[in-house]
Amino acid sequence: MNGTIVIEVQRYRPEQDPHPWWQAFELDYRPEMSVLDALHQIRDRHDSGLAYRWSCRMAICGSCGLMVDGVPRLGCKTFLRDYYPDRIRLGPLAHFPIERDLIVDLRDFLDKLAAVKPYLIRAAQDERPSEPRRQTPAQLARFLPFAQCISCGLCYAACPEYGLNNRFFGPAALALLHRYNRDSRDQGRAERLPTMNAEDGVWGCTFVGYCSQVCPKGVDPAAAINQGKIVSVIDYVRHLVGLSPATLGQDATQEGER
Amino acid sequence: MAGQEGGALDSASGTDRPPSGSLSFVDSIKTDIAIVGAGGAGLRAALAAAEARPDLGIALISKVVPMRSHTVAAEGGAAGVVQAHDRLEDHFNDTVSGGDWLCEQDVVEFFVRRAAAELTQLEHWGCPWSRQADGRVAVRAFGGMGTERTWYAADKTGFHLLTTLFQTALRHPGIRRFDEHFCLDLLVADGRVQGVVALDLAAGAIRLIQAKAVILATGGAGRVYRFNTNGGIVTGDGLALAYRHRVPLRDMEFVQYHPTGLPGTGVLVTEGCRGEGGILLNRDGYRYLQDYGLGPETPIGQPRNRTMELGPRDRLSQAFWFEQQKGRTLRHPVWGDVVQLDLRHLGEARIDERLPFVRELARAYANVDPVHEPIPVRPAVHYTMGGIETDCRAATRLPGLFAVGECASTGLHGANRLGSNSLTELLVFGRVAGEEAAQIAATTSLDASPALRREADAIAARARSLINPDGQESVPALRDALGEAMEAGLGIFRTEEGMQQTADQIASLKRRYRAARVTDRSNVFNTEWLQALELGFLLDVAEAMVHSALARRESRGAHHRLDAYRSRDDERFLKHTLSRFRDDGPPEIGHAPVTITTSPPAQRSYGGDGRGSGER
Repeated sequence: MNGTIVIEVQRYRPEQDPHPWWQAFELDYRPEMSVLDALHQIRDRHDSGLAYRWSCRMAICGSCGLMVDGVPRLGCKTFLRDYYPDRIRLGPLAHFPIERDLIVDLRDFLDKLAAVKPYLIRAAQDERPSEPRRQTPAQLARFLPFAQCISCGLCYAACPEYGLNNRFFGPAALALLHRYNRDSRDQGRAERLPTMNAEDGVWGCTFVGYCSQVCPKGVDPAAAINQGKIVSVIDYVRHLVGLSPATLGQDATQEGER
Repeated sequence: MAGQEGGALDSASGTDRPPSGSLSFVDSIKTDIAIVGAGGAGLRAALAAAEARPDLGIALISKVVPMRSHTVAAEGGAAGVVQAHDRLEDHFNDTVSGGDWLCEQDVVEFFVRRAAAELTQLEHWGCPWSRQADGRVAVRAFGGMGTERTWYAADKTGFHLLTTLFQTALRHPGIRRFDEHFCLDLLVADGRVQGVVALDLAAGAIRLIQAKAVILATGGAGRVYRFNTNGGIVTGDGLALAYRHRVPLRDMEFVQYHPTGLPGTGVLVTEGCRGEGGILLNRDGYRYLQDYGLGPETPIGQPRNRTMELGPRDRLSQAFWFEQQKGRTLRHPVWGDVVQLDLRHLGEARIDERLPFVRELARAYANVDPVHEPIPVRPAVHYTMGGIETDCRAATRLPGLFAVGECASTGLHGANRLGSNSLTELLVFGRVAGEEAAQIAATTSLDASPALRREADAIAARARSLINPDGQESVPALRDALGEAMEAGLGIFRTEEGMQQTADQIASLKRRYRAARVTDRSNVFNTEWLQALELGFLLDVAEAMVHSALARRESRGAHHRLDAYRSRDDERFLKHTLSRFRDDGPPEIGHAPVTITTSPPAQRSYGGDGRGSGER
C-alpha cells in the first residue's frame, strides 16, 4: 500500500519571511516511515533549505520534538501510518520562540533544567571515592522514573501555564528537581526548597496533566510536581512550628508518596 | 500566529534570497582549554580539568546541545572489574584477545586498572547504576568478557552516564558551553595547536576560540556507511580535523559491525540482550553460532561467557554473513535478510527490568514485542576502532592537541572492540586528557598573534566557499553514494578488488564534492551548508579507512578478507596502520609497532575451545 501522503510544514526563515507560513509537500509513502523520515525526504528531494534538528532517530537524544497536528511529539517516534491517508501538519514546538522552520530556541528551557541544582548535593564533600555506595533496588525505584527525561521539551510545548507565563519552572525542571530530592544518596533537599516553593515553582502548576500525556519517556512530571506540592506543604507547616527546612529528612517525602 | 496558508505542492515560494550574509567575527574568545565535542568523553575531560584547576577557563564546544551527543544511545554498559572473583589480568586478557592482539598492551593495563575507579566516581556523581538486592552495583555478562564485569543502568547506560556527567558539569562555573557550534578547523601555529574556529549555527557568526590546549572528543564516523547504528551527527568531524593537520589516523580499517541492529533503521539492540540470555536463531530456528567456532550450544537461559551468543562482535557478524551466503537467513520483504534475537524465555518481568528500552525500540521500529516474538536483527556498522593516534596520556603528535573517546585511537581496542569497553574508555581517558590539558594550560601562555586572526579568516573563507548555488552535485546524492560504496567494498568481508573499487569511487566522490551544490546563504541554522561541511569530513575519513584496509594484507579482528589474505599474519602485520593525509591524492600509509607487554600473540578462541589455556 505505497502511495503518496501530503505533509504540510510550517516554514519561517527569519531573514526573508515576515511571518511563518505553511508549505505542502507530496511525498512517497511507506508505512514504516516516521515523521523524521518524511522531513529527510523533503530536505533531500524537495527543499534542501528546510531546517530541523535530529540525531539519534531512536527516541533517546531528544532533538526532534515538534508539533504533529498540534500535538507535541518526537518526529522519530511518530509514524506516518497512524495518519495516512490524511495529510499531516508539522510545526515547531509551541511556546518557544522560533529560530527557523522547525527549530526553536530552547535556551530558557535548558537554563531552567540547570537551575534546579540537578546533581547530588552532599553535606560533606566526598574525597576521591574508593567504592560505590549502596542503594537498594527499592531506593533506586523511588527516583528512576523521574530520571528518564531526555530534555526534548515536549512537556513545555504541552504546558498551558508555561505558555502563559514562561517564568514558571515547568514540568521537566520540576520533575528533575524531584528526581534528585528522592535519591537516597542526595542531601540537597533544603537547597532546592526555595525553587520548589516559589510562586513559579510547584505552585505554578494547575494540574492539567497534559505534560505527562505527551512525555515520550513516561516520566510523569505532573505526578512529580504534585508530590512536590506535598513536600512544600509539609515544609510550610514545619516552618510554622519552627522547624528549619534543613531538618527535613527522608521521611518528609515518604509521606508524600503514592 | 498569522501564517500564509498553502500554496501549490512543492512550490518553493519566494525565490528572493537574503543578502549574502557578511560573516564577520562577532567575537574572538580566549580560554585555557577548548574541548570539541560534549558527549561522554568531552564532558569527562571538562570535569577533570575543572576539578584539577577550578580557575581555568574551559570552552566546551559542541555542534549539538550536549545531551544530544551520541553517547546518549549507548545501551549495554561499561566494563570494570568489581566482583571478588574477577581479576584485572582477566579483563586485560579478554580485551587483548578480543582485539586480536593489535592492542597497545601498556594502554590496556592502564585502562583496566583505572576502570572500576571511574565507574565508582560516576556512582558518586549520581549515576543510577542497576543494583543487586543488597544495594551493591550489579554487573552483567557481555560478549568476549570471561566474567560478568559490565556495570549497567538498565539498557540506557549511555543515557544515564551522559546525563550524570552533564548535570555534574553544571556545578563548575569554569566550564562555558558553546552549544550548537560547529568546529570548522583547528588553529595551528608555531608547531602547536592554538585554538579552534567554530561556526555558531544559530547566529551564523564565526568564532575564533583561542586556547592553550585543545581536546578532540567528537565521537566516531559511523555515518560514512549507509546502514549503521549511529546518530546523524556521527560524521567523523574530529578525525578529519586532526587528519587534515597531518596528525596520523591509526588502524582506520577496523570498523565494527554490531551483530544486532534493527533492519531498516539500524537502530541498536544491545548486546545486553545476549548478556541476559537472549539467543540468535536462523530461519530454521537453529542457533547457528555453534557452527562458527563459538559452541558448544549452551542451554537456553544459561548463557556462558565467551561462548555462543557471548562471543565477540566481529565473530558474530561474520557468522551472520556466512548464514546469509548459505541462504539460512530469513528474507523480509522490506528489510532484506535478517536473523532472530529471541528473548521470550526471559519473561516480561525481567525484560521490563533489564531491557525496557529494547522493548520500546522493538515495538516502535520493528513492530514486534520481544516478550511475545523474536526481534529481527542484522549486523550494522557501529564503531570505529581506529582513530586519531594518541599515547597513553591521550596526547597526539601535535603539541597541545589531545583526542579522547571514539575519535581517538589509544590502542585499547586493537582490531576489534569488546562491548562495554568504550564507555569506560571515555571516562578513563577523558579524565586523563582533562588533567593533561590542565597541566599544559598552567605552563603555556596565549599568543596575541595577529597571524592567528589571519588564519581564522582564511578558515572562514574556505568554509564559506562551499556555498555554491551553481554547483552541479547534490550533497544527499554524494552522501548516499559514499555509504553504498563503503558497504560494497568495506563491509564485514573484503577483497582487494572490492576495496580498490571503493577507493576509486571515493576518489571520484571527492572530485565531485568540489562541485557540491549549496544554495542556502542564510546565517541562521544553515543546515544545508552544515551537511556539506560534514560530508567533506566523511569523505576524508572514508578515504583513510579504505586505504588503510587495502594496505593490510591479512585478516584480523574486524578486517577480514576473502582473497589471498584470509588469515592473520603476525610476521608481516602485527603492526598498526598509520594513515597520513595528503592534499593531492590518497593518504600515505605507514606502519608502527604494537606494544606487547605480557601477552604474546596466540590463537584467538571462544566457546568450548576458549576454555583451554591457549589464549591466556
